[in-house]
Amino acid sequence: MAINDLITGLLLLASLPFFLAGTLGLLRFPDLFCRLHALTKADNLGLGLVVTGLMFQADSWHQVARLLLTWLLVLVAGATVAHLIARKALEDGQRPWSRR
Amino acid sequence: MIELYLGLAVILLLTIGLGLGRVLRGPTATDRMLAAQLFGTTAVAILLLLGQASASHAIQNVALIFALLTAVSALTFVRRTSIDNGAEEEQPDGD
Amino acid sequence: MTELFLAFDLLLLISLIGLAWLLLASADLFKAVVLFIAFGLLLALAWTRLGAPDVALAEAAIGAGITGTLLLVGLGRLGSKEKCRPGRPPTTTMQRFSAPLLIGLITPSIGMILLLELQQLQRATPGQQEAVISLLDSSGTEHPVTAVLLNFRAYDTLLEMGVLLLALVAIWSLDQARPLFRQDPVSPVLQGLTRLYLPILILVSGALLWQGGQAPGGAFQAGALLSAGIILAAISGRSLPLRGQGLPLRVLLAGGFLFFLLVAAGTLLREGIPLQYPRELAGTLILIIEIIATASIAALLAAAIAGGHPGEVLESPDRPASGPGRNP
Repeated sequence: MAINDLITGLLLLASLPFFLAGTLGLLRFPDLFCRLHALTKADNLGLGLVVTGLMFQADSWHQVARLLLTWLLVLVAGATVAHLIARKALEDGQRPWSRR
Repeated sequence: MIELYLGLAVILLLTIGLGLGRVLRGPTATDRMLAAQLFGTTAVAILLLLGQASASHAIQNVALIFALLTAVSALTFVRRTSIDNGAEEEQPDGD
Repeated sequence: MTELFLAFDLLLLISLIGLAWLLLASADLFKAVVLFIAFGLLLALAWTRLGAPDVALAEAAIGAGITGTLLLVGLGRLGSKEKCRPGRPPTTTMQRFSAPLLIGLITPSIGMILLLELQQLQRATPGQQEAVISLLDSSGTEHPVTAVLLNFRAYDTLLEMGVLLLALVAIWSLDQARPLFRQDPVSPVLQGLTRLYLPILILVSGALLWQGGQAPGGAFQAGALLSAGIILAAISGRSLPLRGQGLPLRVLLAGGFLFFLLVAAGTLLREGIPLQYPRELAGTLILIIEIIATASIAALLAAAIAGGHPGEVLESPDRPASGPGRNP
């Protein structure tokens, strides 16, 4: 197996726990703010590892750039949406969950 | 390699199915929108993997478009006004 | 490997049908809207699996992005009482049995038809592909889908633009546009996102428009992206200048359809058949039509999301007119 195939395989496999963590967190965490945390894990590292893995399979620098751009857009969008949702929830009066 | 891409795509599709549970349960509208945002990201990953499995550049373009547009949907939700001016927002909604 | 493709397709299929059922059966409208957005996402995946990247692009741009925004904005117009539609228990005998009866009749019939069709699926038919490819040189473009949409079946695209315009006229006749987005100060995080996204949206839209001649792309996808950019600008507090809300806006909205009509009339006069492009002009005509159509579609979609006609803009400049929902 070529070296870049090996690297791709490892990176892709490494992304799986982050996506799973994102979904499980979304389902199991007790309140909105915790679920936002889970969401951004999938955005950042889940997609990031997939993109990095696929970059080693790319045919051209053009493709690498496109993959990177896609990841960057999702990152920025995820971060902004998480920030705005949390801020709005706080303004509306929601309080974070505490062990009580 | 293709098996790896496809296997991963299948697992990611399963996570979308699981995430639907959050959409169904709620309790607030924001929770549901969160889940939709996660679906968008997962769909981008699935598209990139499918594109690599089929060696198609067009599909990777579709992934880029996806990345651009899920943001707009979620932002519309966060910044929108409503007639009751968000009074119902933080209360659990029906069903 | 094919088993994995099959597993993926099967999972997608079950999710699509399940989603459709759930969203139709849900009493809470907001839940239904979010399920619809998820449905659009999965549908775009289905189109890619079917080998139709053009349709997948259009579905991603319009179905998941624009329609989701449209529905969310529409939901904001409803009062909280209208957002839940709890079911009522059946009272008369007719009510109680009509649904099970219909389902009992229709589902087996459709199942039988589908099973019979399954046998036909074994033979892969190329459809119209050979005819289109053989005529591709004379169509003025290199991409088969664009050739079909803008040359061979240009009539359909012309009517689609007309339908969009008609839909906007209907929306405008209903109500005046209200402010859609909150007026409070925009967070700098949002401004940063807009500064990143808007140029990229415009560039990618232009790229899609341009490459529609060789690769999946085209006017509708590019227009949808541009309208997403307009919505994003509105979210971040930018708005259309007052001067542009009168005649220029209406020219922009109707421009695509009218120009296409003009081309049809011109070709009718010159060649005797409407939309029969002269061979040497075909490529140029297609490009110009697509450019104007993109601008028009972007304006039409954004205006549809704004949800009503602009207020009276012919007032004196110092009186603030209530413009469309782009944050006056």
